[in-house]
Amino acid sequence: MTDARPIPDSLLITGGRVVDPSTATDRMADVLIEHGRIAAVAGAIPSGEHRVIDAGGRVVVPGLIDLHVHLRDPGQTHKEDIASGTTAAVRGGFTAIACMPNTVPPIDHPTIVEYVRSMASKTGACRVYPIAAITKALAGEELVPIGGLAAAGAIGFSDDGSAVANAELVRKAMAYASMYGLPVMEHCEDRTLARAGVMHEGEWSAVLGLHGIPTVSEDTIVARDLLLAAAAGAHLHVLHVSTAGSVRLIREAKRRGVRVTAEVTPHHLVLTDAAVQGFDTNFKVNPPLRSAADVAALREALADGTIDAIATDHAPHTIEEKMVEFDQAPFGVIGLETAVGVVLTTLVAPGIIGVSDLVRMMSTAPASILGVPGGTLSIGAPGDVTILDLDRAWSVDPAAFASKSQNTPFAGWSLKGKAVATIVGGEIKFSELEGEARVPAPVHRES
Amino acid sequence: MRHLLALRELSPQEITDLLDLAELSAVAGRGEQLSGTTLATLFYEPSTRTEISFELAARKLGAGVVRCDVDRSSVQKGESLVDTVRTLAGLGADAIAIRHPSAGAAHLAAAHVRCAVINAGDGMHEHPTQGLLDLLTVRRAKGRIAGLRIAVVGDVRHSRVARSAAWGFSKLGGSVVAVGPATLLPTPGDGLPLHLTTSLRDGLEGADVVMVLRMQRERQAGGDVPTLAEYTRGWGVNSQVLRAARPDAILMHPGPANLGIELTADAAYGPQSRIAAQVAAGVDVRMAVLAWALGRERLLRPSLARRRDRRKTFVANGLLEFDQSRTQTPLAEPASTIRND
Repeated sequence: MTDARPIPDSLLITGGRVVDPSTATDRMADVLIEHGRIAAVAGAIPSGEHRVIDAGGRVVVPGLIDLHVHLRDPGQTHKEDIASGTTAAVRGGFTAIACMPNTVPPIDHPTIVEYVRSMASKTGACRVYPIAAITKALAGEELVPIGGLAAAGAIGFSDDGSAVANAELVRKAMAYASMYGLPVMEHCEDRTLARAGVMHEGEWSAVLGLHGIPTVSEDTIVARDLLLAAAAGAHLHVLHVSTAGSVRLIREAKRRGVRVTAEVTPHHLVLTDAAVQGFDTNFKVNPPLRSAADVAALREALADGTIDAIATDHAPHTIEEKMVEFDQAPFGVIGLETAVGVVLTTLVAPGIIGVSDLVRMMSTAPASILGVPGGTLSIGAPGDVTILDLDRAWSVDPAAFASKSQNTPFAGWSLKGKAVATIVGGEIKFSELEGEARVPAPVHRES
Repeated sequence: MRHLLALRELSPQEITDLLDLAELSAVAGRGEQLSGTTLATLFYEPSTRTEISFELAARKLGAGVVRCDVDRSSVQKGESLVDTVRTLAGLGADAIAIRHPSAGAAHLAAAHVRCAVINAGDGMHEHPTQGLLDLLTVRRAKGRIAGLRIAVVGDVRHSRVARSAAWGFSKLGGSVVAVGPATLLPTPGDGLPLHLTTSLRDGLEGADVVMVLRMQRERQAGGDVPTLAEYTRGWGVNSQVLRAARPDAILMHPGPANLGIELTADAAYGPQSRIAAQVAAGVDVRMAVLAWALGRERLLRPSLARRRDRRKTFVANGLLEFDQSRTQTPLAEPASTIRND
């Protein structure tokens, strides 16, 4: 508290290329944030008393939102906690994240929602939206108190990690969640088909002698849930779509007007089951990395709007947990700090999607799916802004992550494009821009 | 120092070299080629023939052997595989032969130690020394691999023996057909160098080699076959069924066999059986693999010279006769007996 000068409650981002699909904007402009909200987007805003950061021609977009993050807090804070996870988020360009309920205890009671929200407001670097479980203890047997959880601030319901096997329970959850306008977010996987599978069932599982998870284990539950959602008139969100079959089913359902949204992860868009051939557990993920034909279908689905959003399914696990036999290792990879770079390098640079599509899939659509503010730079929206440097070359060094975990499938990758500044509610939470060297230190590391 | 993790990772030349080295080892007999080195065996699954075969092979070449008893080691205290192999390497093991129920376990071990890692079977993935001994057995019986048709019958889907055989035989120019019920065949596709058929008769037709796999009893509980009896009815091999193969076809089985389920005793002990020869070839192959992995294979070369001289003699006298005298063990001999000559 040595600095007596009042910090102006405003921030002016100058000289950026503003890309905001929600307002059909793609032009050079300044962005003014006042009192934590977007106050103006215009050609040349006088700097006045505002604190100014110079985007220097980089791309200024509505803050990115990750629909699908495992913060591991409460209960598994050796893998991640709310402070480290949100720090990783802002370093990856995310101003808001939705966190999954498979914590210990799980988010199946309003008290746990309140814990997550309170910890996030105290120690979080970005906004955190808790997703609550569908069933108590994620056991698939009894519904959680959906109304109480919604009142406490849950923004959706999911037993992520597994699907709810009992179709009648899913039907009731959909009917109930609909009353609160909240989505049921399903991890679509039939356990009786996936059984002991640890990777995609296909040519590589045959070669490697690893039990396979067949694509039909996903397709059958996607089909079931689309039928249930159509019958209930409910909003179904399909988590981490991985198969060509799911894509076909979702495309057809959208055509019929079913209220379905869908997400895909960067790793499912970029990697195939061939990555498993060295038995590296950093390629063990559920749903598994699929065939090249599935990857092609996912990319096509992104391009034609069948899949609405890109989400990371950031799933931290420690080195000790992953440094074991392939079939013994936990499923999951982290993605908060690599998602933007991977998507820019592998999808935007080759022209598969445009920068505006990236913003739609990683900001606008996630905000709309979750029903939360943000995803736009329209006047009055939250002052959440991400600055992307499309030319910034960097390589992925897991040791440098803010996340407590290093289980990335992209270690050592050379990427082009990176989030270089993250602004939440008008506050600079992360910046690598010149003159704004405010980089939050990784909170968990001893000096 | 080299690892032997999977036949898929070896070139045809490397495989041929190992088979040649196995023949040299067979002729070399007892020696001191591996003196001063130590083999540690680390078997997370029960095994009779493979573990003993490794021990005999190491001893015949003068290596020390330590057996890490998984049931009584720190593994029971929760020590991880990586820590266990690091400890064995730290204690001075020059090679570790590892058998483990998880596919990729040998790869994981090899990534974390400086000593040689030899895969003695990892889950459903590979069993490369078994693949080599199968190749050696066939080469001794037929004089070649290229152009042969090999039928692998049974639970190919869950079999590391079948995977190593598929790579080994196909890399040396053989053609491998997998025969079994659809639920026990691998996922169709180009992943494995295998032709697939559910018809035993079609699979055996024209076969030079019939390799019958062990049918694990768990498959019935897992629903892969409705009953073992139904499996036997459709895919059990007996001397009658064997007539579908070439008249000079040989019969192999990696053991231990469930006689009466996948294979009848009359076939197992019949004139076409090379099951006992496989066990004998196992020691020769493992001597070669140990020498190769430890960089001592040239120490087997002096006997190469000797063997070349002898080969001339044998060729004159009929080399095949020599080979068959080694491999055509008495047919009544139980499959688990290890010849120690």
